[in-house]
Amino acid sequence: MAVVSANSTVMNNVETVRATLYEALRNDERTLIIGEDVGARGNVFLITKDFVGEFGERRIVDTPIAEASIVGIAVGMAMEGLRPIAEIQFADFIYPSFNQIVGEAAKIRYRSNGEYTCPLVIRAPYGGGVRGALSHSVSVEALFYHVPGLKIVAPSFPADVKGLLNASIDDPDPVLFLEHKKTYRLIKGEVPNGHYTIPLGKANVLKEGAQLSVVSYGLYVHWALEAARQLEQEGLSVEVIDLRSIRPMDKTTILQSVERTRKLLIIHEDNKFGGIGAEISAMVAEEALFNLDAPIRRLCGPDVPAMGYALPLEEEFMSSPAEMAEAMREMVKF
Amino acid sequence: MSKAAPMVFERQGLTNDQLVAIFRTMLMQRTLENRGFQLNRQGKIPFASASEGHEAVQAGAAMAFARGKDILVPYYRDLGLALGVGVTPYEVLLSLFARAADHSAGRQFPHHYASRRLGVQTISSVIAAQLPHAVGAAYALQYRGESDRAVLTTFGDGATSEGEWHESLNFAAVHRLPIVFLCENNEWAISTPLSKQMGQPDVYKRALGYAMAGCVVDGMDPIACYAAIREALVRARSGGGPTLVEAKCYRFLAHTTDDDDRAYRTREEVALRRKDDPVPRFERLLAEHAILPPEAAEALKRAVLEEVNDATDRAEAMAYPAAADLHERVYAECWNAWV
Amino acid sequence: MASTDIAAGTLERHGLSDDQLRAIFRNMLLQRQLDNRGFQLNRQGKVPFALGSEGHEALQAGAAMAFNRGKDILAPYYRDLGLCLGIGLSPYEIMLSIFARAPDHNGGRQFPNHYSSKAAGLMSFSSILAAHLPHAVGAAYAIKYRAETGRAVLATCGDGTTSEGEWHESMNFAAVHKLPFVMLVENNEWAISTPLEKQMAEPQIWKRAAGYGMPGRRFNGFDPLETYAAVKEAMDRARDGGGPTLVEGCCYRYLAHSTDDNDMTYRTREVVIERRKQDPVPAFEAVLVNQGIMSAQEVAEMRKSVLRETNDATDSAEAQPYPQPSDLYTHLYEGAWQPWQS
Repeated sequence: MAVVSANSTVMNNVETVRATLYEALRNDERTLIIGEDVGARGNVFLITKDFVGEFGERRIVDTPIAEASIVGIAVGMAMEGLRPIAEIQFADFIYPSFNQIVGEAAKIRYRSNGEYTCPLVIRAPYGGGVRGALSHSVSVEALFYHVPGLKIVAPSFPADVKGLLNASIDDPDPVLFLEHKKTYRLIKGEVPNGHYTIPLGKANVLKEGAQLSVVSYGLYVHWALEAARQLEQEGLSVEVIDLRSIRPMDKTTILQSVERTRKLLIIHEDNKFGGIGAEISAMVAEEALFNLDAPIRRLCGPDVPAMGYALPLEEEFMSSPAEMAEAMREMVKF
Repeated sequence: MSKAAPMVFERQGLTNDQLVAIFRTMLMQRTLENRGFQLNRQGKIPFASASEGHEAVQAGAAMAFARGKDILVPYYRDLGLALGVGVTPYEVLLSLFARAADHSAGRQFPHHYASRRLGVQTISSVIAAQLPHAVGAAYALQYRGESDRAVLTTFGDGATSEGEWHESLNFAAVHRLPIVFLCENNEWAISTPLSKQMGQPDVYKRALGYAMAGCVVDGMDPIACYAAIREALVRARSGGGPTLVEAKCYRFLAHTTDDDDRAYRTREEVALRRKDDPVPRFERLLAEHAILPPEAAEALKRAVLEEVNDATDRAEAMAYPAAADLHERVYAECWNAWV
Repeated sequence: MASTDIAAGTLERHGLSDDQLRAIFRNMLLQRQLDNRGFQLNRQGKVPFALGSEGHEALQAGAAMAFNRGKDILAPYYRDLGLCLGIGLSPYEIMLSIFARAPDHNGGRQFPNHYSSKAAGLMSFSSILAAHLPHAVGAAYAIKYRAETGRAVLATCGDGTTSEGEWHESMNFAAVHKLPFVMLVENNEWAISTPLEKQMAEPQIWKRAAGYGMPGRRFNGFDPLETYAAVKEAMDRARDGGGPTLVEGCCYRYLAHSTDDNDMTYRTREVVIERRKQDPVPAFEAVLVNQGIMSAQEVAEMRKSVLRETNDATDSAEAQPYPQPSDLYTHLYEGAWQPWQS
């Protein structure tokens, strides 16, 4: 991914979110952003910096501190024909709005038999590795992916961020768009110019391999790729799949991969018990048991409430490329 | 500032020693806060939060707090209040450095102190989430008939927009709980000014809607704050029910070391409000009334700095928590998710 | 009763015509009739559940008269049968909801009384108290956003809902942005078994308005004309860009919370009988007859007509089919989406 063409720009994830939101606001007058500190402050990661000057306070809405109503008010805007993009400042603050997301947004179309709909995007930065401790590091996807009526997206590369964010904004149903905050500035990549979308429910095979299928998403996709490349040097062939979309999730890509490699390792930062890996494991066991030459394995966050602020606690919680490589080696050699 | 007549003040029953103690707390808050920023700029700690402008309200409130009896449920900007009720500079620095000996064993963000012994409840960074907890604690006091105890809970102007703020005040009022709600209105919630936070600027005026006592006080005047909080705590302890106290102060610095307030307010506004800086203002009052002459004030400042330096060195020298500590104390005993 | 003085023979009608006064009364009668019908059907074992709204008839009919059909938006709660009738829902639509039949707006998915109608401007809502209020505020924001004049959102709730955090957050946001939003609290003094004094320390809810920086007033919710005047004033203010208002209508909940509640477990029959003396339906009937706006004969005719209409609606709705089992899976997303994409 080194050549910069005339048709693409190299950007990091946070720049990509910013550029994509900017275009969305320019292209559709119904679009607006609602959240805390999104106006003059330009969002705590500067994603909406200077937006309020260009689009006005009417479209860049600085809210009082009230997460339940940030989402709830956005639901009402959506029901009434606007296309709001709500922002929860950190995914750790999403819990007060849990009812509005799960009990309301997810059910608007269903309970009104399609008469009312809720085209809403809720963006939230999540994930650790930034010394965020108990209230600025958590992963929340497992709490929400269970819910019919919601869609959940968690891209890891800038090109995917743009395509999936555009698709989410266009989506007529509520989408929870999760941005791993450590990848904001860490991950750069080529982003095609112009408007495009990537369909939800499509995973991406980042690296082909023959001996093991590794499924991951978020920050850990990058670590997993690094580990797989390391294993390549050792003559071991590992396939790495970036889920990109959590609900809906890409069954075909996963099953096709497992059918070839016959081994599956799921890696995610979120706690192990009840995490995304549990659903993937169950699905593969149900549908491809006889394709497997080894038990499915999950390398996940420990089942503790959160990573601590002190560095050793954070490092203990997070997995490293080396740890991932070790798990991959063990599985290949099983 | 022109050299006018000596400032008039009403000492509200405070002795000279107590007035100097208030000033010391204010100095300690400011010095420790600066230390946090320095350590962050030196790359020694990842984060520190700011509380300049809050020194008077916090030192005054702390003086009214009954140690060993009352319960404090603060928020993350309450460095001075924590100091004032007995948290030491060393404990503060352990928190900043995230050492194992810290109250939360290095788990919590800085300034999220807790001490069962001092009556300081554990909090999170989630705004207003601590208020129902404070109300619950007050309910426990009433439930057990502990009539000489009260809960003091604090929050900023931004927190008053939260649903949980409303639910907490409403419940406390219905049950006439022994609790004081202190709003440290510094006019900013990160970048959100008061005008975007509320439809009218006076938090205390909401007390009427809850049939609760409410009052407003100059948050830059430590003695006035002491008096207001004392009255509210006395009311609470004697079964008179809750009070909403609004102290008007100002946030001189950005939200934390991760915020740049130049993006959303002018230097002129901050400079103008600096004229109300409670620390030099109180220093001047104490000097004018010969309670703390300039030489003594300087000596005090040196002593405070020395204490902070000592605490910094000792805290920095302590060990981080062990990695394995991550897995401890999730439940009462060791429980895995799969049994 | 404040706005009528029967002895003196004057009636403050706030600009309403005789026809409108009769329409208000008919709405009240129809509300009570349909309400009772739900309870009857439940006792007969024909429907599993019904919610009562006796005591709210004047408040809801008066508020509905102040609502501009085709322009305003209504964000009601589950006790607003009369209000929904008043803004244009038919008894047939009401009964479809009670019977949970397929032609119901919500395909029989929602609890009874959880109406919605895009055509009528009636926003879809759940049973979660106060959850609809941020939606109402968001809709008001959309109106202002598109610079649509002459439109406002009328949101309603009971006294209990005003304790919810989302009530507070909604009021605060509406005030900060001066939205075209009216918060009508139907204070019937009970939240299932929780009386007002356990719900809040200050029993006059309208007093909270000043704390948000918006106007507030209180009125007699047993008087449909006083209700009309108060709600009209607030809605006009909102439609003209004057921002939100909190209006509190005082009434009483004569029945239990629902068919699954026994209110004798938490209040006495005597208390309810005493408050029945204020029953708005016979009270307004007396006003209309004493003012010569309707004769006793016309009232009797109107009652018969309302009963006929209710019977017709009941029969038509009951004859409709239930939704199919396969209907469970529709309208989840736009298009067919499974959680696992193949």
